[in-house]
Amino acid sequence: MSTASASNEPRRRGKAPAGERVADWADGRLGIYSLAKANMRKIFPDHWSFMLGEVCMYSFIIIILTGVYLTLFFHPSMNEVQYHGSYVPLQGQMMSEAFNSTLHISFEVRGGLLIRQIHHWAALIFLAGMFVHMMRVFFTGAFRKPREVNWLFGFLLFVLGMFTGFTGYSLPDDLLSGTGVRFMEGAILSVPIVGTYLSFFLFGGEFPGGDFVARFYSIHILLLPGIMLGLMVAHLILVFYHKHTQYAGPGKTNNNVVGMPLLPVYMAKAGGFFFLVFGVIAVVAAIAQINPIWAIGPYRPDQVSTGAQPDWYMGFSEGLIRVMPGWEINFWGHTLVLGVFIPLMIFPLVLVAIAVYPFIESWVTGDKREHHILDRPRNAPTRTAFGVAWMTWYFVLLIGGGNDLFATHFSLSINAITWFVRIAFFVAPVLAFIITKRICLGLQRRDKEKVLHGRESGIIKRLPHGEFIEVHEPLSQEQLHTLTAHEQYSPLELGPTVDENGVERKIKAPQKLRAKLSKAYYGEHNQVPKPTVEEYKEITSGHGHH
Amino acid sequence: MKKLSERRRHPLAAIVVLLFALAATGGLYTAFAPADKAQADSTAQSLAIEEGKKLYEVGCASCHGTGGKGSSDGPSLVGVGAAAVDFQVGTGRMPASTSQQAQVEKKKNIYSQAQIDQLAAYIASLGAGPAKPTKDEYSPEGADAAKGGELFRTNCSQCHNFTGKGGALTDGKFAPSLEGVDPKHIYEAMQTGPQNMPSFPDTTLTSQNKQDIIAYLKAVDGDETTNPGGLELGGLGPVSEGLFAWIFGLGALIAVAVWVAARTAKAKKS
Repeated sequence: MSTASASNEPRRRGKAPAGERVADWADGRLGIYSLAKANMRKIFPDHWSFMLGEVCMYSFIIIILTGVYLTLFFHPSMNEVQYHGSYVPLQGQMMSEAFNSTLHISFEVRGGLLIRQIHHWAALIFLAGMFVHMMRVFFTGAFRKPREVNWLFGFLLFVLGMFTGFTGYSLPDDLLSGTGVRFMEGAILSVPIVGTYLSFFLFGGEFPGGDFVARFYSIHILLLPGIMLGLMVAHLILVFYHKHTQYAGPGKTNNNVVGMPLLPVYMAKAGGFFFLVFGVIAVVAAIAQINPIWAIGPYRPDQVSTGAQPDWYMGFSEGLIRVMPGWEINFWGHTLVLGVFIPLMIFPLVLVAIAVYPFIESWVTGDKREHHILDRPRNAPTRTAFGVAWMTWYFVLLIGGGNDLFATHFSLSINAITWFVRIAFFVAPVLAFIITKRICLGLQRRDKEKVLHGRESGIIKRLPHGEFIEVHEPLSQEQLHTLTAHEQYSPLELGPTVDENGVERKIKAPQKLRAKLSKAYYGEHNQVPKPTVEEYKEITSGHGHH
Repeated sequence: MKKLSERRRHPLAAIVVLLFALAATGGLYTAFAPADKAQADSTAQSLAIEEGKKLYEVGCASCHGTGGKGSSDGPSLVGVGAAAVDFQVGTGRMPASTSQQAQVEKKKNIYSQAQIDQLAAYIASLGAGPAKPTKDEYSPEGADAAKGGELFRTNCSQCHNFTGKGGALTDGKFAPSLEGVDPKHIYEAMQTGPQNMPSFPDTTLTSQNKQDIIAYLKAVDGDETTNPGGLELGGLGPVSEGLFAWIFGLGALIAVAVWVAARTAKAKKS
């Protein structure tokens, strides 16, 4: 900006100011001026829910920064050493170098424990942030064209984040994470035919072997975060390229973005927000202990503890295993461990179910237009119901993953919880779907009521003849616009079942399915027609309000 | 001497000899046996057993049957030993209010230590079993906490959690938290295996091993245990950590986001 204003001033004699010369030098080599000019005034809409992605980005940066510090002291080796550090209840115990160095980081390295805790808390918050961000995008329909690819990038970031988290959680080689790695080994072993080979390949021999910490280390600090960083940059470039979505409102159309420019306003806010995120995570890490490996002890395959769960983002896979009946089939001296293999197959399905939804929706609706105005969840009842059903599914599995703690803390039988989860796995999403859809339709009806009759003011009036009425206040023009801005689809018609010659038309099965789904989306009882101008005029033209 | 030999066939001679013999053996016995103490002890012991029996009949017999033979409501107590009584009654688990619960839980103990000892004496008299440990046996003083930790993770943590926070068992049963449990009771529990717990007699875990475990628990779950990382969050691992991250971590960040978003720069009026 200083360059722009400088050019308007009369030409000075002598050298230009240092800042200008540096900018010129850089521009001549990097071409940043035109890039900056094009993007610095980029508009971003203001809404707290648009900042969830920022929470993720900042916690990711915090994870990288703290992670770099940890690598300076961590030894990714499984060589056995005897502990001689400052934590007395482990004195003289045999442990891997990885565990030993994690203890060293926790007790002897300056700031080590705080950095470790920031790293771990930030990871949990990063994944939780991505989950919430993904749900925000889902429920507002922000994944629609042109953002489908970005939706997939985000989804991939979430899945890669899960595995980066898992490999990081396994690095200290403590009894808790070792049990988790053992769990993973069991899942791999359950794969028919190749399972054993895969396991031996991954662990460099029989579990636990002497390799996995070093291997997980390079996956955790190099491979996965590298891919994630690339994806995140691509994700952001696409956000820039598509421009940000916005909620419906007066003056907001599919062709504009109403908000603040990136520079200076949004940059200042975003920069400040980074420090707020860092601050909150640092405070959490300073207050609350996470993964106290010294209390957990070093990993030994002959030891195990109750309450051994993965971090929350892997909890649903734990739930899948815990509630699955221990079925197995034996034939010709081989065992097919269905009790583990089926959960292993459902694990990706749970994730894929939410990832592919945008494509199913666009196929059903046949909508190929661009959408930059967000939906209110209630105005897309089927989508909202699907999302809630999926979340219910996910959280039911999380309950399954923590069934022992639910049992001890609510004085319940663990068997009862397991059976509850088994049944709820099938029933709860259906119930959630039906209930959510009803609620959405109810809210649509309320919106319609509000548009036509105004807001309930809570003022009760007594008329001269004794009747009591509640005074309804008409909505403002802005509110009316916001409540009626969404567009409503009509269900897909298959057309006449016979052609012009009276011969039965052949309709392909996918088309029939599509028509059926479309009816379920936009059929008669699946959305409340929004008030029309005529209805509004008729009601507001005079004759009372009810 | 003649007089004596003359009367050797007297009808009362046999009685006199018998009296002498009795006096001699009695005298020898009193001379050699630690008579006083034994006498006093056995009376005290039998008194304790007697008192214990009375207490047993009031508080225990309805379930465990007369003479500790057991009934449909409670197991036989023959051979459980004084240690089991001291644990069960000392932690308030016995007498249980009902046998219908999944598990008999710890509650306030209503017996004095003297009464518990009497009950223990009575139960011990029914059949040999582990005796109450002495303070030297269960005190964690000078024991190896690190060794105890290793033993704990090998033998105990599968039910009681890494640091003895407890865990769930089947059908509503559970392994209780070991926080704040008297070392004596931990020792007795290991020795006798109450309820669902397996027993670890001295042949499995030596007295020294048990002491090490007690020392470990004192170090990681005792009154003086510090958590270098801050709040312990129950010591339950990733479930409570995950909840904390969602509620306080992400919750706070969303609150901050709402706050930041609400502070918009005002557009310049032009």
